[in-house]
Amino acid sequence: MAHEEIDKVTGVSTTGHEWDGIKELNNPLPRWWLWVFYACIAFAVGYVFVYPAVPLVSSYTTGFLGHSQRASALADAEAGKAARAEVGKQLANASLDQIKSDPKMLEFAMAQGRAAFGDNCAPCHGSGATGSKGYPNLQDDDWLWGGKLTDIEHTITVGVRSTSPDTRMNDMPRFGTDGLLDAKQIRNVAGFVLSLSGGSVKGADVAAGKQIFAENCTACHGEDAKGSTDLGAPNLTDKIWLYGGDEASVINTITVAHRGVMPTWGGKLDPVTIKSLAIYVHDLGGGT
Amino acid sequence: MSLMQKHAVFERNSIVLLIGILIVVAIGGLVEIVPLFYLKSTIETVTGMRPYSPLELAGRNIFVREGCYLCHSQMIRPMRDEIERYGHFSLAAESQYDHPFQWGSKRTGPDLARVGGKYSDDWHVAHLTDPRSVVPASVMPPYAFLKDAPLRGERIAEDMKTLRLEGVPYTDEDITNAEADLKAQVSPDGTADALAVRYPKAVIRDFDGNPNKLSEMDALIAYLQMLGTLVDFSTYDDKANLR
Repeated sequence: MAHEEIDKVTGVSTTGHEWDGIKELNNPLPRWWLWVFYACIAFAVGYVFVYPAVPLVSSYTTGFLGHSQRASALADAEAGKAARAEVGKQLANASLDQIKSDPKMLEFAMAQGRAAFGDNCAPCHGSGATGSKGYPNLQDDDWLWGGKLTDIEHTITVGVRSTSPDTRMNDMPRFGTDGLLDAKQIRNVAGFVLSLSGGSVKGADVAAGKQIFAENCTACHGEDAKGSTDLGAPNLTDKIWLYGGDEASVINTITVAHRGVMPTWGGKLDPVTIKSLAIYVHDLGGGT
Repeated sequence: MSLMQKHAVFERNSIVLLIGILIVVAIGGLVEIVPLFYLKSTIETVTGMRPYSPLELAGRNIFVREGCYLCHSQMIRPMRDEIERYGHFSLAAESQYDHPFQWGSKRTGPDLARVGGKYSDDWHVAHLTDPRSVVPASVMPPYAFLKDAPLRGERIAEDMKTLRLEGVPYTDEDITNAEADLKAQVSPDGTADALAVRYPKAVIRDFDGNPNKLSEMDALIAYLQMLGTLVDFSTYDDKANLR
């Protein structure tokens, strides 16, 4: 190089760069660093041969290992299924009583149910399964569509007002929106309904409300207003309210008739997972 | 001058360095990006994929506008835990009509690639209006204003034309009927037959709980409810599409 010059103190040649009398020494790169660098290059060359790497005209090199991320993920998922298969199979054929009396099956179902609940059900029913307005509390013993294990399992499988052809379905008439009852009639019937659980509605004629109830509501909610799990009609005599039990909420519910939707889970979740979920939900405390 | 000292040429001439960088980066691009456009194996063969319906596309535009992708990815990775939680891993085919795609690795909220049909419309309305009313631990901001914002559909045909330039197979018929289709998808009274033919599996109903108004909430929920629902996995061959 044109600027070949040896630094007197260190005996190292300089690069020829100089700033205010300070000259840059042309020291070699540290050995360890250089070897790491070469090792990286060697690793990269090896990687190209071992793993899928080089694009060709109509395909790409697949590498000596034949590695596929998708294949390994599918194999992992299969391995997970296989690990669950043995107890899962027992579970699929067992009745609730059998599961409850078999600690192994019960432990399995509860663990799987809890995980599946967290992933799929908690957004609506809450992580503690206590529900919220419009989303039923699963901790209590009040069930819209039945609290037996088979009922719960069926509800999860087909959903409510959902896409399955067998879905749980009912349509409470929109008494106010569709003009079936006028505002005064709705107030009266709300007064009657709330009186069943010890409440009242200001200015409501309970006797008139009872008459309206008998004419319009008993087909689903029953003569005694205790509802029907076959029809998904809620019990109106308890103090458990899906859409609120205060005066305004009950009047609103009769007026617009909320029609809550629960998705169909059959097809999305496998039958054993659904059974585990049913057992988990049943075991939360309210199962009948 | 030994070979190892030739780098001095790059260090002393900025233009030479610039050209050198350009060549190296271009090689990276050629090797890593260009093959994805011609290799047939990039996009899997699937049945069921179709371009977005106008309402879904409008919802997608809102999704992008509001920056939902900053917290929600739409890419289920090929890993066991993701498959267990979200379902089958995402396929390239499922985002082939996405411009831009909504993949990502930053998840503050859950992945949305298969959120379609997982929750009810009511839940989405409640959740978008006030996320903590249904998910107490959520850190998502509320989007209540979407319910009041009227959906302006007059520009959707232009969006579809632009996407067609990028390769999305919208037909002239699709584009001519864009605005009508957009409105038909929220109308529950059966004016949507042609829409259902043009966009199979399109969910046709009022989404935001207010049948009298076409809002941005309608569009966004229509989009969310179709995510990940198009590909028919009963006919999909995993073995033939290993990568």
